[in-house]
Amino acid sequence: MNFWRQPGFWLNILLVTVGGAIVLIIRQDTLRETAFTVLMFIALASSLNIIMGFAGYVNFGHIVFFGLGGYFGFFLLSELGWPLYIAMVAGGCLSVVLALVVGAAVLRLRGAYFALATIGINEAARAFVANFQPFGGSTGLSVNFSAYDKYGGASQALWWIFILLWLVTIATVVVSYLVKHSRFGLGLIAIREDEDAAMVMGVKAPWDKTKAFALSAFFPGLIGTLYFFKNGNVEPEDAFRFQMSLEILVMVMLGGKGLVLGPILGAFAYERLRGYLLVSPIFKNLHLALSGGILLLIVLFVPGGAVGWVRERFPRLRRVLE
Amino acid sequence: MFSQISASVIDGLLIGFVYGIAAMGLSLIWGVMRVINLAHGATMALGMFTIYLLFTGAGVNPYIGLLLLVAMALIFGVIVYIVSLARVIQAGYLYTLLGTFAVNMIIIGIGTTVFSTSPQNVDFSLGSIVLGPIILQGTRLFAAAASMVMTGALYLFLYFTRPGKAIRAVSDNRAAAELMGIPSSKILALTFGLGTMLAAVAGGLTATFFPFTILSGSTYQLKSFVICVLGGLGNPLGALFGGLILGGLEGIVPIFMPVSWVPVVEFGLFVLVLVVRPTGIMGAK
Repeated sequence: MNFWRQPGFWLNILLVTVGGAIVLIIRQDTLRETAFTVLMFIALASSLNIIMGFAGYVNFGHIVFFGLGGYFGFFLLSELGWPLYIAMVAGGCLSVVLALVVGAAVLRLRGAYFALATIGINEAARAFVANFQPFGGSTGLSVNFSAYDKYGGASQALWWIFILLWLVTIATVVVSYLVKHSRFGLGLIAIREDEDAAMVMGVKAPWDKTKAFALSAFFPGLIGTLYFFKNGNVEPEDAFRFQMSLEILVMVMLGGKGLVLGPILGAFAYERLRGYLLVSPIFKNLHLALSGGILLLIVLFVPGGAVGWVRERFPRLRRVLE
Repeated sequence: MFSQISASVIDGLLIGFVYGIAAMGLSLIWGVMRVINLAHGATMALGMFTIYLLFTGAGVNPYIGLLLLVAMALIFGVIVYIVSLARVIQAGYLYTLLGTFAVNMIIIGIGTTVFSTSPQNVDFSLGSIVLGPIILQGTRLFAAAASMVMTGALYLFLYFTRPGKAIRAVSDNRAAAELMGIPSSKILALTFGLGTMLAAVAGGLTATFFPFTILSGSTYQLKSFVICVLGGLGNPLGALFGGLILGGLEGIVPIFMPVSWVPVVEFGLFVLVLVVRPTGIMGAK
């Protein structure tokens, strides 16, 4: 399919590319930190959308791939001195392996049983890593500062990490778009609508689901490595935060699940809103309650998310907003 | 060695009863409504703080406080159902999960603002009974007894009263129950109220022997998931049984390996049971 002629493809790519490019031109540290978080959540939400939005399997433990892949990548580059690029890919690959192994078992479960199992996997992984001595047990690992020297010192390294994250985010969005418009993606959407009917029509559901699960696991592994390297340390409580899994889920719902643009806008809006609430003196403590209220309103009244709502109201925009 | 094992197993089992009724609330809601209540942990935390406030603020005996808590939690649960679930109950599990999770966020958000996250405890003791090498704390014995009474009352309610029978009818087949003249949305609201009540009472009982914060609920919520899966989701009696298994495990495991391995065993077992036998060890109905 000649996707480069589709306005929907370019809109998604442009949003992410231009956003990152502006930060690189302005070159300001605080702006970079904000943009880092936003891009990170865009990539995490877009990757979750592959399994949740397209295939309809709601993963409550998406963060396990971020945590475990990130842990592995961080271990390689900090303890063994591997270069960042290779460690990052290795982190992603570990997440893929985990997804293949775990997916073969839990993807047989459907609906709420799958959702419950993913919660269990995240908690089991957290508890395991907290006891796993090579990964530093419950105190985690801290970076060996010489690791930053290869990238021209810590401040230069942070910019490299940002550029890498930017590229990973663009790649996630492109892959998400390509999946949605491929035969594979159509199979996933058929699984989402009615798995049994899809199998009767010749969709190889078990293998397609596992592929989608593995694909959605790859990007969080990359991002985890970058994120923990940026922070300079990694610990179990930070790497497997159930809360963060749920926040990513909320972002996907906010923008609109099953759409490429949905998670991008959802992550951006949620992150900015949270940033605003956290600094405002009135809402500082209540930001969680307020986010909960917003989530409740979306669930009850706008189940298709913001982009889904616009698409429903203005059918002409459907070719652009996808 | 033997006395050490039996002491920690008995202690674990006593706590297991309380875990059991918490999980029973979750299981009842799942069995009848097909909803996984992600506000379960927050509700437990609310139960803890209700008992705490009644005890430290008004000097109410925690066990009299429990009676008040039962009524309050039932009403609270019905309100939560009307606000967050009534509209989306037919829309599929993703929406009900997120609806209850939104309630969880609201409770935790407001709770953190009001109570902060510093640990509290209810400084109340019922003495203890010494049986040879085994020391049984009064509060735990009482909590186990209260849990058994709750289980018995729930059984009698579900099997011998009209609303209870209506709940079971809706659970079997909502459309058919509706055709027989059962107001199913009211029954669902009642079920959610009962599930919430069980969670809050379990929280209140826990508060009498463990320190807690407003965030403690999430740990117990995860334990409730494990228990429900062990006992079979949607099977309230299985939940009590699962609670005893988990409580027993928490008593036995620390003898053989460091305490920090307990969650690894628990969640490993959880995933294993889900994958191998999703209907639970007891088998769901």
